[in-house]
Amino acid sequence: MREANPVPAPRPEFELAPAETGAIGDVARPLSAWERLANQLWLRRLAILLALCLAWQLYASWLKNPLMFPTFLDVANAWFDATLRGPLIDRTLTSIRTLVIGYACGIVLAAAFTTLAVSTQVGTDLLSTLTAMFNPLPAIALLPLALLWFGLGIPSLVFVIVHSVLWAVALNTHTGFMAVSETLRMAGQNYGLRGVPYVMKILIPAAFPSILAGLKIGWAFAWRTLIAAELVFGVSSRSGGLGWFIFENRNQLETAYVFAGLFTVIIIGLLVESVIFRTVELRTVRRWGMQR
Amino acid sequence: MAAAAGRPSGGAGGPGGALLSVDGVTLQYKTREHLVTATYRVGFAVHRADRFVLLGPSGCGKSTLLKAVGGFMKPVEGTIALGGRAVERPGPDRMMVFQEFDQLLPWKTVRQNVLFPMLVSGRCGRAEAEDRAQRYIDKVNLAKFADVFPHMLSGGMKQRVAIARAMAMEPDILLMDEPFAALDALTRRKMQDELLRLWDDTRFTMLFVTHSIEEAIIVGSRILVMTPHPGQVRAELDAGGRGRAGPEGAEFQALQRRIHAMLFAERVEAEERVRADA
Repeated sequence: MREANPVPAPRPEFELAPAETGAIGDVARPLSAWERLANQLWLRRLAILLALCLAWQLYASWLKNPLMFPTFLDVANAWFDATLRGPLIDRTLTSIRTLVIGYACGIVLAAAFTTLAVSTQVGTDLLSTLTAMFNPLPAIALLPLALLWFGLGIPSLVFVIVHSVLWAVALNTHTGFMAVSETLRMAGQNYGLRGVPYVMKILIPAAFPSILAGLKIGWAFAWRTLIAAELVFGVSSRSGGLGWFIFENRNQLETAYVFAGLFTVIIIGLLVESVIFRTVELRTVRRWGMQR
Repeated sequence: MAAAAGRPSGGAGGPGGALLSVDGVTLQYKTREHLVTATYRVGFAVHRADRFVLLGPSGCGKSTLLKAVGGFMKPVEGTIALGGRAVERPGPDRMMVFQEFDQLLPWKTVRQNVLFPMLVSGRCGRAEAEDRAQRYIDKVNLAKFADVFPHMLSGGMKQRVAIARAMAMEPDILLMDEPFAALDALTRRKMQDELLRLWDDTRFTMLFVTHSIEEAIIVGSRILVMTPHPGQVRAELDAGGRGRAGPEGAEFQALQRRIHAMLFAERVEAEERVRADA
């Protein structure tokens, strides 16, 4: 039963001199080798990959149907063959070259759109309307139109890539600019910065996490769009891209080579994402504590 | 002149001797639905080496007033002049220290943050700037953290960087917008003492905004007491040195009570009237 008016029990006061904590301070036990290995993300991923390859190899050997589903070793062989003796490297370079042109054009256009959107209300409305319209439209759906306007060849591919990069980058950059805090803006103006130097030295670095996110999304869209577009044509151009390599080998029922082509698409995607963008991230937004 | 409009500006001395003179300034800003009058015909004068405090409850327009001095907004009426020249836009002769911790540029280290305004405003050359940056980083006791990015610092350290950054510019006047309001009570006391020590050292002029009576007396040499809705001057008081003895001193407490009475007088009167009626 509780008392009606409980009173805190009187206790003696005491004071302690701060104890030497040296002994506790350096009890930082190093983790065991096994624990440290298990902490490596890439190592865990590698283990999963190896398990998947093994499962694939076993299933495909049991299936014995190389036309539909070649074994992992067959695919690895095909990949080395296509890389060393075949056209895989050429095809990849063609794809990358087209991609870089399209990506660069997309970014320049996005910069122009964002400048317009930041400086005028009409520009803001124009950008948000266009983005809302074109974002749901898969870039590849514009390919027939592009072929009609620009014919078979690089310009058509660049057109669809620009379309897939432009809206993602412009929208993210604009959102990033809008999100720069009032305090940071006032701090920048306080130094007497105005116009272009103000944008270059305050707004762009402050909005960099968003800009980088936009560049990443833009890259992912562009790479997918490019491969898809190359599947559709490449017939006329002597040196097609990776998509064309996949399509060509499917026509010749070289299924292992189709898989090798798909692998290359994945590998390049991973490399750009986890090497290039990751390095940029580590050196900038993570170092600055703007992103965890 | 504010005095001509029938309200004592309370400014000590004529505008001739003043570094910053604010005369009959009315400030308005728009929200989505309203046109808000933040201050109504406020006037005061800040002299060189003043620690001038704008004190008042929230809604008295003291921060808006500071922004106007900073050049971030224009008065609808009245004039603001620094060293005889009208304030028209933000500029490096009036360095602001904000309340928010995100005022530092997160992509620059402490040293680069302090250097940046000196370099972009062309106030001094590279070597001179480096020298000053080091000196002021030392002054705020952050020498060990000079090459660290702001996100690794505590709130108090960030405010110290902001103060070093503003002071390194050696501006005509430092504008401080409740710089310690977001800090915990212990850190706030320490920072107030440090600020006073810095003032002893370099004798800068500052305009300091706060809503804490205690902070005003500790930090200020002159206190402008403002009443809210819209912000108007209630009194200008001399606080020189009274904060030094610490908040336990009799003079300190007398001043504190006096300001408290000013700010809450209307409410007290209203309450007395109610009592009289009853």
